[in-house]
Amino acid sequence: MEVFEEGSRKIIAKNDPEEHREWVLKNKPRALVDKVMGIDEAISKYVKDGDYLEYGFFGTRISMVAIYEIIRQKKKNLNVGRGGVFELDLLSAAGIVKTVERGYGGGFEVRGLGPAFRRAVESGKIDIIEWTNTAHALRLRAAAMGIPFIPTRSMLGTDTLKYSAAKVVRCPFTGKKVCLLPALYPDVGLIHVQRCDKYGNAQIDGAKVMDIEIAMAARRVILTTEKIVDTEVFRKHPERTDIPYFYVDAVVEVPFGSHPSNVPGLYYMDEEFIAEWLREAKTEEGAEKFLEKYIYGYDDFEEYLEMIGGIKKLNYLMRLEQFRETLKTPWADE
Amino acid sequence: MNKKYTSVEMMAVAAARVLEDNSSVYVGTGLPLVACILAKKTHAPNLLLIFEGGAIGGDVKTLPLSVGDSRASFRALKCGSILDAGSIAQLGYADYGFVGGAQIDMYGNINSTCLGPHEKPKINFPGSGGGNDIASLCWKIVIVTRHDKRRFVKKLDFMTSPGYLDGPGARERAGLPAGSGPYRVITDLAVLGFDEKTKRMKLISTHPGVSVEQVMENTGFELLIPEKVATTEEPTEKELKLLREEIDPNGIYIR
Repeated sequence: MEVFEEGSRKIIAKNDPEEHREWVLKNKPRALVDKVMGIDEAISKYVKDGDYLEYGFFGTRISMVAIYEIIRQKKKNLNVGRGGVFELDLLSAAGIVKTVERGYGGGFEVRGLGPAFRRAVESGKIDIIEWTNTAHALRLRAAAMGIPFIPTRSMLGTDTLKYSAAKVVRCPFTGKKVCLLPALYPDVGLIHVQRCDKYGNAQIDGAKVMDIEIAMAARRVILTTEKIVDTEVFRKHPERTDIPYFYVDAVVEVPFGSHPSNVPGLYYMDEEFIAEWLREAKTEEGAEKFLEKYIYGYDDFEEYLEMIGGIKKLNYLMRLEQFRETLKTPWADE
Repeated sequence: MNKKYTSVEMMAVAAARVLEDNSSVYVGTGLPLVACILAKKTHAPNLLLIFEGGAIGGDVKTLPLSVGDSRASFRALKCGSILDAGSIAQLGYADYGFVGGAQIDMYGNINSTCLGPHEKPKINFPGSGGGNDIASLCWKIVIVTRHDKRRFVKKLDFMTSPGYLDGPGARERAGLPAGSGPYRVITDLAVLGFDEKTKRMKLISTHPGVSVEQVMENTGFELLIPEKVATTEEPTEKELKLLREEIDPNGIYIR
């Protein structure tokens, strides 16, 4: 195949489907086994220093409880897929990110830029390999299909391609130029869902973002859930199953485990909490103080929920999701 | 400038008016989204919204804060994945794509990655996100950005997303979809487009109270100036009321 152009960066994730099959054969049980455990056990068992992490889009069911626990256990030298918003800023402030294969990273969407990630990148502590959001999802899709690469028509002609590990080739069928993306098998996928059973069968309400691709492509999948339900829920409506159990390694029941992210149908984003981070993280000391309080400073997640405002705050976030409350956005005034 | 409205309100209104009813738009968060909701609430009620998180055909009521949050899928017709959104655009179903950026050049190429060298940037921006996908795959790209010399530059520090690259035919030569590319640039000073033949940026209209010279002074490259430059139509009372009271009551953008 004629290669016209190549990105200058190396592939840092696992990308060989043959190697993945071998690994699946040896390591992923097909049996219906109870995978329920605590978040501390799930993270210590399945996340290693140097792993490649994948966790979707902030604003939609991010497993914050898993992110917090990774920071609490002081995992090191992590590679992060796609990037992120608040969760990426926390991981950066904790100093545990080595490389980001960026789609979107370092921004807070409408809220501005991420102070901690910016500091880390501008001082050369985090290395960035550039891709696009869709390209990243396609790499996961290729992995999820068990194939080594996938073509796309974006990225072409830009510096984004030059700073990636993509290749531009002549399509052997149409004769036209096309961009090829290598498959991406993350070491660990973190996914938060509205409901699943003890085996890991899961339903997602609302936008799926790239979570089904993550579940299928990752070697280890840690599923955190608002609720554990009976397997009959899935047997009755199998067409509603987004993630079948055999992809999943751990099931952790943590109501509000996505706070301050949004879980469609249940609770909206906690903008007051995010504003507190944006205020504190302006300095390294402030960021450290925030981590000390909200990540290191308690024994279990229920204590955390008390600290962020308890029942009163959680009720507010639930009413907000139903448009029964006015959204407060303190960062817009600061 | 007339004090009845702000320059950001003028931008939002001018961007909204680009969109036709019964067309489709791939949209991210930010001012472009404000413009799309405004268009839906005024002249384009059947505008098909495509959100990157996978919400398609929503009837967005309140400004979402993330491209994947539940406000983006309010009354949506389909909740899919980012690959649904990407496929819709790659298949040719996305008429308009809205993007922003930190720098833009005369061919509508965009930088949203960094200022200074990539290896050690002076300022790190969020990168492509969906920007490169939108600018590569939608038919008509609309760029919404503030207008000053730091942003309108001769040479980008980093080309995140493709405009017309280095001129006529370059997109097609690079393998990008034929017939796609930048269509309008909406700024706080003017509405701009692209010359059919040279693919270079040209002035279409200046906002009320803004002179052609002022636009040229704030542009770091040679802008094509046609013989006749129109004046952008002012925002109406109705548009301003919708922006301030319904679409962005928190004043996230509209202030």
